[in-house]
Amino acid sequence: MILRLSGLAALVALAELLPRLGVVSPDYLPPASGIAAALGREAATASFWTAVGDTLVAWAIGLAVAVTAGVAAGLLVGAVPVLRAWTASTIEFLRPIPSVALIPLAVLLYGTGLGSSLLLIVYAAFWQVLVQVLYGVADVDPVADETARSFRFSPWARVRHVLWPTALPYVFTGIRLAAAVALVLAVTAELVIGSPGLGAVIAVAQSSGAVPVMYAMIVVTGVLGVLINVGARLAERRFLAWHQSVRGEVAL
Amino acid sequence: MLEVIGLRKVYRTDRREVEALRELTFTVGAGELVCLVGPSGCGKTTLLRCIGGLLEPSGGTVRVDSAPVAGPPAGMAVVFQEYGRSLFPWMSVRDNVALPLRQKKLPRGRVNSLVGEALQAVGLEGTETAYPWQLSGGMQQRVAIARAVAYEPSILLMDEPFAAVDAQTRADLEDLVRSLWQRLGVTILFVTHDIDEAVYLGQRVIMLSASPTVIQDELTVDLPDKRNQLHTRADPRFTALRTHVYEQIQAAKIAAQPSPGPVR
Amino acid sequence: MIRRLLMVVSLPAVLFAIWFAASLSSENFYAPPLRTILVAFKDTWTPDRLRADVLPSLGRLLAGYALAAVAGVTIGVAIGVSKRLRAAAEPVLEFFRAIPPPVLVPVIMLFAGIGTSMKVIVIAFGCVWPVLLNTVEGVRAVDSVLSDTSRSYGISGAARLRHLLLPAASPQIVTGLRQALSIAIILMVISEMFAASNGLGFTVVQFQRSFAIPEMWSGILLLGLLGFALSELFRLAERAALGWYHGLRSAQRKG
Repeated sequence: MILRLSGLAALVALAELLPRLGVVSPDYLPPASGIAAALGREAATASFWTAVGDTLVAWAIGLAVAVTAGVAAGLLVGAVPVLRAWTASTIEFLRPIPSVALIPLAVLLYGTGLGSSLLLIVYAAFWQVLVQVLYGVADVDPVADETARSFRFSPWARVRHVLWPTALPYVFTGIRLAAAVALVLAVTAELVIGSPGLGAVIAVAQSSGAVPVMYAMIVVTGVLGVLINVGARLAERRFLAWHQSVRGEVAL
Repeated sequence: MLEVIGLRKVYRTDRREVEALRELTFTVGAGELVCLVGPSGCGKTTLLRCIGGLLEPSGGTVRVDSAPVAGPPAGMAVVFQEYGRSLFPWMSVRDNVALPLRQKKLPRGRVNSLVGEALQAVGLEGTETAYPWQLSGGMQQRVAIARAVAYEPSILLMDEPFAAVDAQTRADLEDLVRSLWQRLGVTILFVTHDIDEAVYLGQRVIMLSASPTVIQDELTVDLPDKRNQLHTRADPRFTALRTHVYEQIQAAKIAAQPSPGPVR
Repeated sequence: MIRRLLMVVSLPAVLFAIWFAASLSSENFYAPPLRTILVAFKDTWTPDRLRADVLPSLGRLLAGYALAAVAGVTIGVAIGVSKRLRAAAEPVLEFFRAIPPPVLVPVIMLFAGIGTSMKVIVIAFGCVWPVLLNTVEGVRAVDSVLSDTSRSYGISGAARLRHLLLPAASPQIVTGLRQALSIAIILMVISEMFAASNGLGFTVVQFQRSFAIPEMWSGILLLGLLGFALSELFRLAERAALGWYHGLRSAQRKG
């Protein structure tokens, strides 16, 4: 534990000393204490909390839509072999399209509103969920499926008792990955397009030369990211405690 | 020659100490084939890792050809039980056998001839370019044996090498070990939990107690050198020897059970 | 074979046809007919334009990505083999990975201005974390029996790195590299949207700002094609480099 904290302590010390010793210009990297002070001032304002709230709202709505759509589409496509073969090439084509390519379109359609953020978040997060669900459905043990069929389970019962339990760990992996990606896209949309949120605060701080505020806000986005990652991992462990293995990503 | 003198190993964690090996002393003479058997969980693997220089003992010494072991000794090759995990899955069969030889900085021609001979000796000609995972379990273990043989060790350690293969393959591999041993004159320490296997293979059988481990008993296998799955195993002497070993192992298990204390 | 080919191309063809037909008489300013977009594509992305705008973008992308790959694997191996270093470094690395990479653009602009080096550094800095963390994980998880085997046969030092650690960690490293590739494309576009005088991201935003809608759509299409092409290249390279791993996995599944 002490060892784990020592790394963070070293990082803070480095960020304090480098500008103080003049190795890095304080105009470019303010000392850690300066960043902390800026963070303290910002945290006392209502607008900061509004920005955090805006970012989190966009993140949550986008993630919820992406997860719902991804799970539904994944189960449907995965459970029907013909559909799966038919859509495979399209999925492989659409998935690597960088969501930031949609930024100009988002701006035209939604301006700087919430819709812009949501378009980017949903597009990026959807594929993460869909692909994991497809892996999960493909992982169904043929013996289990044949057992279910030999007992004349209805198609719905097979989805409910064979497909879904097998796919569930993958669904969680997909949600965890999508949660991280959704935050990245939420902040990106705010930064580039100017939808309200932390990213927009960073953009304003940058253009007005408020360097310590900019760093403070970046730290906040990092902390949000860590909290989301840790939270997703904890939720995964809790919900899947019954499962033989809380598994990692599929390396494919 | 392998000498194990007063070997002791205690695992320490933050909260408690576990004594795995209490006091072990035995020798394996040059060119001997000795089997170690013991009840499951008797610290065989710990012992083997100490001998192989992979684990530092808490007390006592291991000597190979009278040089004390500190780190893996040069003249020793090890065959592990988990063949699937001890072969490099990203290398062909040939490269798996050749890699340790290249590390010894042998000339290329010598490496090639050693690899060829070793693969032939274990009956794997023609699989050189295959990946290990394309072979059956028994064949994979043959690759591991070929790698050990090609290394030209003076001592070969085998850690339950056939525990994970099917019964018929196992019989073939046992005969392979005997014939390699007779042909190459290498010293072999063979660890197993299978009493029949120990008696069938060994010149001597050393029986271990349950953990914390000491030597329970030792036995010379006075069967003829020429052994055969059918006749040797049907030999009354074989049956008598294995009964003796079996009884000793049972005794070791019972002794290990904690005496029933007063009811709380 | 023909059936399979039909499976692969039929849905994209159908979707494309629907888009083409549905948009044919489109009056919507933002969603022009696909035919107009395709004409604009041909007119916009001439060889000269590709050389002037796409090549610089790709160059920065590759430079930043390569830097990140080398640095990530090197530092990752160093951290992965040392338990203490790993314990100390992991929280810091997790924090850096959690920062959305695009926010690095304004920071790195402070240090490196708005030139090419800024974009390369942005891409490298954003891509390095997944490579690094996956390498650490891969090196840490090297099979204990394989590690014992290497030690018994005297495989140590550089040979251990080359024949044991790197190949054993390679599936994880490739996973990290794949995650890094999509980050690299994102950062390439974003850094050019922020400040540039050429490049794909810059051009597409220019089209959008000047309301050259069909041209903007053609830029989006090109970005999509680029993303697809890069991921296909990656897949081919991975098939070649990790053939053993896929074989091993399917052998294990059967077994």
